[in-house]
Amino acid sequence: MSFHNYEEMAAMILFGIGFTTLLLQKNLIKKIIGFSMMDSAIYLFLAAKGFIEGRTAPIVVDGVTSMEAYINPIPAGLVLTGIVVSVSVTALMLALTVRLYRRYHTLDIDRITALVRREEQ
Amino acid sequence: MELWQSIPFACILLPLGSAAMTSVLKGRWARYWTFTVLTIVTALSAIFVALMANFEGNYTYMMGHYPAPWGNEIRAGMLEAITGLFFSVIMLLSLMGGLKKIDEHILSDKQSLYYVMLLLLTAALMAQTYTNDLFTAYVFLEIMTIAACSLITARTKGRTLVAATRYMIMNLLGSGLFLLGITLLYDLTGHLLMSNIKEAVAALAQSGQYQMPLTVVIAIMSIGLGIKSALFPFHTWVPDAYGYSTPTSAAVLSSLVSKGYIFLLIKIFYRVIGLDVIASTGILDILFGFALVGMVMGSISAIRQSDIRRMIAFSSVAQIGYIFMGMGLGNEQGMTAAVFHIFAHAVCKAMLFLAAGGLADASGNSKQFRDLRGSGFRSPIAGVAFTIGALSMVGFPFLGGFTSKMNFAMAAMHGGDTRMMLVLLVLVISTWLNTIYFLKTVITLYRKPLPGAVYPVEKGRRGFCFNASLVLFAAVNVALGLFSQGIIEGISRGLNTFG
Repeated sequence: MSFHNYEEMAAMILFGIGFTTLLLQKNLIKKIIGFSMMDSAIYLFLAAKGFIEGRTAPIVVDGVTSMEAYINPIPAGLVLTGIVVSVSVTALMLALTVRLYRRYHTLDIDRITALVRREEQ
Repeated sequence: MELWQSIPFACILLPLGSAAMTSVLKGRWARYWTFTVLTIVTALSAIFVALMANFEGNYTYMMGHYPAPWGNEIRAGMLEAITGLFFSVIMLLSLMGGLKKIDEHILSDKQSLYYVMLLLLTAALMAQTYTNDLFTAYVFLEIMTIAACSLITARTKGRTLVAATRYMIMNLLGSGLFLLGITLLYDLTGHLLMSNIKEAVAALAQSGQYQMPLTVVIAIMSIGLGIKSALFPFHTWVPDAYGYSTPTSAAVLSSLVSKGYIFLLIKIFYRVIGLDVIASTGILDILFGFALVGMVMGSISAIRQSDIRRMIAFSSVAQIGYIFMGMGLGNEQGMTAAVFHIFAHAVCKAMLFLAAGGLADASGNSKQFRDLRGSGFRSPIAGVAFTIGALSMVGFPFLGGFTSKMNFAMAAMHGGDTRMMLVLLVLVISTWLNTIYFLKTVITLYRKPLPGAVYPVEKGRRGFCFNASLVLFAAVNVALGLFSQGIIEGISRGLNTFG
């Protein structure tokens, strides 16, 4: 038995790594890296699924108009839209991290929580 | 296509466009403009409900020039119309009630940005209510997350930064799962429009192909949206996020943002996957279990709080449990009860948060119960509003909460023996716990203050907007209880044509 879906497998493994990093890491920067990995894995999956061997991007050249010659452009469009979304979310997370670091001088979310509790008492 | 059918589109585009405009306006004008836009959206939604009442079924509205399998669509029916109206009314009243506090909590040169976020949130809510395209739903879901996070951080004092960070982390996990779910579903069916996906899923279910991936997709999407709407084991970000932000943000977050995600999930159940396919996978049982535990655990955590805002926040966790319980029953009555509870809880929770803000103000800005003693006399309207809200949450007759509890019990009768026993048992326990902490709070509000405590005289300082908003909220709450029959009929009519 031979495997073909290398990209999809890689995407799922990357998604798992990203997800656990985002969930379990204490360091905020590592969390953001995990988030980026998670989203990129999904885009890899989409891009891999959207490509069909032997076809090209749907830009008509040399007058070939047969549908069989081209791939569906929607997955690529979804990837682009998704990248825009995750860039803005990453920017927001980084901004929050900067503000937290300026106030508490640490990136460890647990230590920050402890410092906040102490601040209130 | 007639002109009035463009109303849903206008309800999305108007706040979205004005959000961009508001960013260049100065504070005061931004406020007036936001008010105008929200009022227009509310009025349009009301007109839309009135028109839909005489319209059979639902209709689709083509966005752009590409027809069904390729283009983007809006789809509206009775249920979407009612939901849109409730969401916009609550948004308007929440903003009105928290104006004073926004002045107090947010720097005056940053206020216009706050209104930008509020308008973006409105647009995202409306889009999630009306859209018929899964990927559009995802994009607006992220816009909602970003806007909600900014609403939390708008107040820079206290825990809000950490709260927002925790909120973002949990929400990113949720939206990551949801996006993966959409991707897999697109992969399985080849469509992004909800109606087309449903046809493909029905064909898959009939042929017996890809059962495992389909189950995974449903599980991933349900859990993703469950995390985002603070379903029980994923609720850790709730108390800080709701407890420390400015009252308008807390009201909007608890009563609209989480409800938007739940509405999307209901839409996915009905319109994307189909209720019978969902029921055959067993996902509903898992949601049902989480919901039952959440109903009890949320209330127990609420009892242990000494801070009124955190108590209301934990009560939200329990109430989200009620909604998911109704959905987990998997029958028509359960869904109707869940949708009704979305409205009942949204109207009630926003009022409670605003009233709690007013009560705390009358008690030297302290949210601790020991300082709140007697605040019901110092801030009479807030006290009465809080009492009405508390009674509704407990399930006092003639109020929204009573009707929804009764609906849940009735729905349980159709859900099979084990489920019926479980629901009735947990309903009784949860109501009992609700009564403990809500009535305890109400009694605290009307007890004599601690000896020696002196509070600044606050009478009349809260201003017209705050009082008017609480009175209107109370009126909506009572109306929801008194006219529940009509609203429930509307909901079940909408649900029948929802899929």
